[in-house]
Amino acid sequence: MAASATGASWYRRLVLALLLAPALLWLLALIILPHLDLAVLSFRERVAPREYVASLAQYRSFFGEPLYWHVFLRTALLSALATALTLLLAFPIAWIIAKLARGRMSALLFVVCLIPFWVSETVRTLGWMILLRESGVLPAVLVHLGFTAQPVELLYHDATILVGLVYTSLLFMVVPLVGSLESLDNSLIEAAYDLGGKGGSILRTIVIPHAAPGITAGCIVVFMLTLGNYLTPTLLGGKNSLWFTEQIYTQFITRFNWEQGAAFGFLLLALSTAMVWLGLKASGQRFSDVMRRV
Amino acid sequence: MSAGLPLTAAPDLEVSALTKRFAAHVAVDEVSFSVARGSFFSILGPSGCGKTTLLRMIAGFIQPDGGSIAIGARDMASVPPNKRPVNMVFQHLALFPMMSVGENVAFGLARRGVARAERARRAEAMLERVGLAGAAGKRTDELSGGQRQRVAIARSLVLEPTLLLLDEPLGALDLKLREHMKVELKQLQSAFGTTFVYITHDQSEALVLSDRVGVMNHGRFEQLGSPQELYYSPATSFVAGFVGANNRLNGTVLGHEGALVELDAGGGLRLRVRGNAAFTRGTSVDAFIRPEAMTLARGPQELPPGQSALSGEVTDMLFDGANSVVLLRETLSRRELRIALPQTGAFADLKPGARICFGFDPGRAICFPAGATHP
Repeated sequence: MAASATGASWYRRLVLALLLAPALLWLLALIILPHLDLAVLSFRERVAPREYVASLAQYRSFFGEPLYWHVFLRTALLSALATALTLLLAFPIAWIIAKLARGRMSALLFVVCLIPFWVSETVRTLGWMILLRESGVLPAVLVHLGFTAQPVELLYHDATILVGLVYTSLLFMVVPLVGSLESLDNSLIEAAYDLGGKGGSILRTIVIPHAAPGITAGCIVVFMLTLGNYLTPTLLGGKNSLWFTEQIYTQFITRFNWEQGAAFGFLLLALSTAMVWLGLKASGQRFSDVMRRV
Repeated sequence: MSAGLPLTAAPDLEVSALTKRFAAHVAVDEVSFSVARGSFFSILGPSGCGKTTLLRMIAGFIQPDGGSIAIGARDMASVPPNKRPVNMVFQHLALFPMMSVGENVAFGLARRGVARAERARRAEAMLERVGLAGAAGKRTDELSGGQRQRVAIARSLVLEPTLLLLDEPLGALDLKLREHMKVELKQLQSAFGTTFVYITHDQSEALVLSDRVGVMNHGRFEQLGSPQELYYSPATSFVAGFVGANNRLNGTVLGHEGALVELDAGGGLRLRVRGNAAFTRGTSVDAFIRPEAMTLARGPQELPPGQSALSGEVTDMLFDGANSVVLLRETLSRRELRIALPQTGAFADLKPGARICFGFDPGRAICFPAGATHP
């Protein structure tokens, strides 16, 4: 009896281990090991060909060279701005899907948000370039309508980068928002209205507190995606994009300075961790509650 | 009724010819009534009768298609819900889970711009009045069902509305608590003196709580009156069937005898009951006899004078304390009747299969033209 019970529990553990094995292997081989290697890389300095010593030189050079930390801060600020804009744009859409549209209409709206993702990001971004470049569609339309005398270059501005990032991120904000707004009981809104509330005060006191885990989840996902995005800022921003992922790419591929690139990578990781932590603190949310919303 | 207020005071709620249609379906059909200041008014009806639509029109959540609503002698046609002197207790209470009990009660005051300290003071005072002193700091899910209900009422009453609307707030509670909350609601209403408009499908809630009741069916009021009037003098066969337990016997009119109608209920069973109108011979009618209006007897000589003796065979005894009844099959018509057992326990020993005599006071039975719908 006891032997068969321990046998059964041993068997269940084996099954559990086997089921988790692919995910754990993937985590170990493709995430943890490379990061350990990068950590080692980032803390060494080449003193002669094939000769390395442990040092903080890579991190020192980040703080010593203004371009590096300017780009770093700029990336953080623009990502935060893109996240905020995405939230502002996604909230009404999520509200319509969750509260106003019924049945087929709400499914249709979801599909409309999903459609851009049927095209690969590269093709999508190149499409934006065709629309926005000086000889492109939109500048020609602006000239035709008489808004501008000459075709203007709409690419390579910060605003263009923001538009591209918001467009790419919208779905990842809409999904958790719809989830959290759908679970909001309509009678709470009616009760607040009945007790003298108006649109703004109900949004502030009832809707946003209820949707807070969804809002935080969406913001975390969008911020991380934006911060780590390479293609959109590079293609839409060109040489002016000054995105931190581009700096990492340059260190690894162009300069072949893997030590510097690894240090940058870790700084970006630290930045995104710090921002998520700050965001959770500021909104009074717990990470586990928020992640259930994603 | 709250004491001290003159009966001539203007009604707090005046509804006239109120109508609402949803596509082809008429949810509320030209309903008119008024509710006196400080009284407890109930709208009683089966689900789908339009009572929720009616209440939501009074609250302002639904725009009527016709008719008018005046609250405190002021027309409400263009007044949005957040500007009406009306507050509502929702079916599932709709307490704000993101706020404490105190913040829930102070919510409406905050929307009116009352200062924070004053808000807290008034919320605490209101919580004390509903017996929840010191609960202001609690979360709403820490309270019992009855306490949550009191918070919902306090949250509305702290705004001193002219009218408090209640949308079946007892529906979600279990039976024992529901009985308790009925009494508590009644006491709260008389303590505050606020006019309550209460909707329910539970006739016992309506009878126990109300000063006046409107019985609603298919978007119309079937009868408007005191609980006693509804119970003892129903105006329609729907009211007779819906309010309180009743035995319904279909029959054909044979003739009149003063105020009484004589009818044939099948198998040669002749009954004399009150009629609400003059019927021509041969009209099909439904007679209603309340279980407690019938008297059981061992023999015809034991029946009170003036009651004709009927007999039947006991099919079942349903023991339910003071509400115990005997089910029996009447000998001539073979119809099943439900008769209340006397409180004395005199017939508690009846067994299925036993033969028994019974009679009823014709003045306490009533008949209506047949064909009306029943729940």
